[in-house]
Amino acid sequence: MANLPENATLRRSLALGPAVLIVGAFMLVPVAIMGVYSFLEAKSFGGVTWSFSGDAYVQLFYERLLDDSLRLSSGYLIIIARSFFLALVATVSCLIVGFPVAWFIARRPLGQRNMWILLITIPFWTNQLVRTFAWIIILGRNGVIEAPFRWAGLLGEGETLGLMYSDFAIAVGLTYTFIPLMVLPIYASLEKLDFSLVEAGADLYSSRWETFSRIVIPLSKPGIVAGCLLVFIPSLGAFIQPDLLGGGKKLMLGTLVQFQFSTARNWPFGSAIAMILLAFVIAFLMLYARAARGAKAMEMRR
Amino acid sequence: MKLKTTLLTSVALTLAAGAVNAEGKLNIYNWTDYTSPEVIEKFEKETGIDVTLDTYDTNETLLAKLQAGATGYDIIVPTSNFVPIFISEGLVQEFDAAELPNFKHVAERWREVDWDPGRKYSVPFTWGSASIAYRPDLLGKTIDSYADFFEPPEAAQGRISVFKSPEEIVNQAHLYLGSPFCSEDPGEMQKVQDLLMAQKPYVLVYSSEGMNDRLLNGDVIISDHWNGYAFKGRELAEEQGKELVYAYPKEGVIGWADNLMIPASAENLENAKTFMNFMMDPENMALQSNFTGYGGPIAGQAEFMDASMRDAPEINAPDDAKVVFSFACSAKAQSLIDRVWTNVLR
Repeated sequence: MANLPENATLRRSLALGPAVLIVGAFMLVPVAIMGVYSFLEAKSFGGVTWSFSGDAYVQLFYERLLDDSLRLSSGYLIIIARSFFLALVATVSCLIVGFPVAWFIARRPLGQRNMWILLITIPFWTNQLVRTFAWIIILGRNGVIEAPFRWAGLLGEGETLGLMYSDFAIAVGLTYTFIPLMVLPIYASLEKLDFSLVEAGADLYSSRWETFSRIVIPLSKPGIVAGCLLVFIPSLGAFIQPDLLGGGKKLMLGTLVQFQFSTARNWPFGSAIAMILLAFVIAFLMLYARAARGAKAMEMRR
Repeated sequence: MKLKTTLLTSVALTLAAGAVNAEGKLNIYNWTDYTSPEVIEKFEKETGIDVTLDTYDTNETLLAKLQAGATGYDIIVPTSNFVPIFISEGLVQEFDAAELPNFKHVAERWREVDWDPGRKYSVPFTWGSASIAYRPDLLGKTIDSYADFFEPPEAAQGRISVFKSPEEIVNQAHLYLGSPFCSEDPGEMQKVQDLLMAQKPYVLVYSSEGMNDRLLNGDVIISDHWNGYAFKGRELAEEQGKELVYAYPKEGVIGWADNLMIPASAENLENAKTFMNFMMDPENMALQSNFTGYGGPIAGQAEFMDASMRDAPEINAPDDAKVVFSFACSAKAQSLIDRVWTNVLR
């Protein structure tokens, strides 16, 4: 009898085994390799030499002038800031578009909702590259948007609205790509929302805005936070949209990492940037965990 | 009785299949969209060797894969400037190209090359050049110098397209400035950087894909371009009543030549050599050229090539055109190039 708890522990750890194995083999080990590589020296034609070097991190903040002297430089920090800004824009626009959509679906009769969810996920069936290319046709010169302007004589020969190859195009591409990741978690929250609470609010003479801001938003907060994280994190490292829609004129984090591993053949620096990116992501996840704990605490107080 | 026949048939079939299998396999690792399916079909039919194709998109990817210990490839197709790296890193096998019977078809200028003296590790494959292409109908003039590319006239400002990776564009800048490729001189590289920075405000996009799309829809008027790809662009332009010209600037165009090589880890050595020999047959190389739109190194392949390609100025450079082959830079020069490029793009 005495060894039963021990048995249970053993059984539990065995049951957890596969999960630990997968997380270990497919997440921790690659991240560890990346971390180690970021502290090594770059080999001239790609790959690394096994000697310790902090160069990759120095490079983030200092510029090595062409004559090899160091100077404090904001170059890479600007790239990081730009990536953050665009990821933020994508997240906000996903939220603005995604919330009403999620609300709309959650208010459909039960039998219809699955059909609407299915419609939301349809774009995921097509390759992301193809979908991004489609935006070139829509936004480009003589594209779908410009054609009516040209037809109406508002755009002359050789003139363009300049939608393509801009930060605007990147933001559109990111929003379009990641919007299902915003809609689905918000929908999941809204679906559980007890709409009699909304009615109760109305009965107590709250305005529509008050009902929305004091009842709907707090109750759907977990979905909103999850959706924002799911959009923000991949946007931060996005690679295809800046490249295809932004014209590759301004480096973003994702493009910068890719460049280090390909043409620049500087694997340690690429790893260092990836580590920095990872640090940011972890920071955001911790913020999320705190927010989620806070929400739970609030619920318990009630 | 019937059962017996069936049994016999299946035994016979198994034996026949075994005979085909005995010819073995060949695993080719080539550039994306760069292997003529007709060539592979013909090769499989003639030799009974079973070909598997895998593809990459940059020399760097190929190098990284082999360095990381990728095995199972019998044929790789690195570009001339990367060939010395593969040789010095010991990633490829030595053999004697001249011993292959069809080596006699190789045109004179491709037999002895800087990147593989004596052709000890490679046989030549398709080759081409990188330069600029433009829309004379939109630009209103012809281009005979990189000046219009780096310091564009008003009509082309904001409508320039530049390659995404620094190799060719830095070399084009060297050609324009008159400095040597792979310069290790910070002063010279500073001038290259200044030139590229001054060009940047006029650049619409840095990309190595979709050049024809952008030139044809008018997004771009002058674009970095590959000769074979520009040839296809010109054909499209003619269909649409537009003009697209691949320029041979007086400063020169950047030449590149792909090569067939055998990785050190290759398991089907003899089949790899059979493939190399097969490719050097004029008719087969012509099939490959027709598919990719790039010229080949085989004398006598022209008569098997599509008529449109035979006469294309993009594929057959004019006699007075300067073709400068790039080569792999030293680590020091490469790091200067990378820094210049990161400075330009950040």
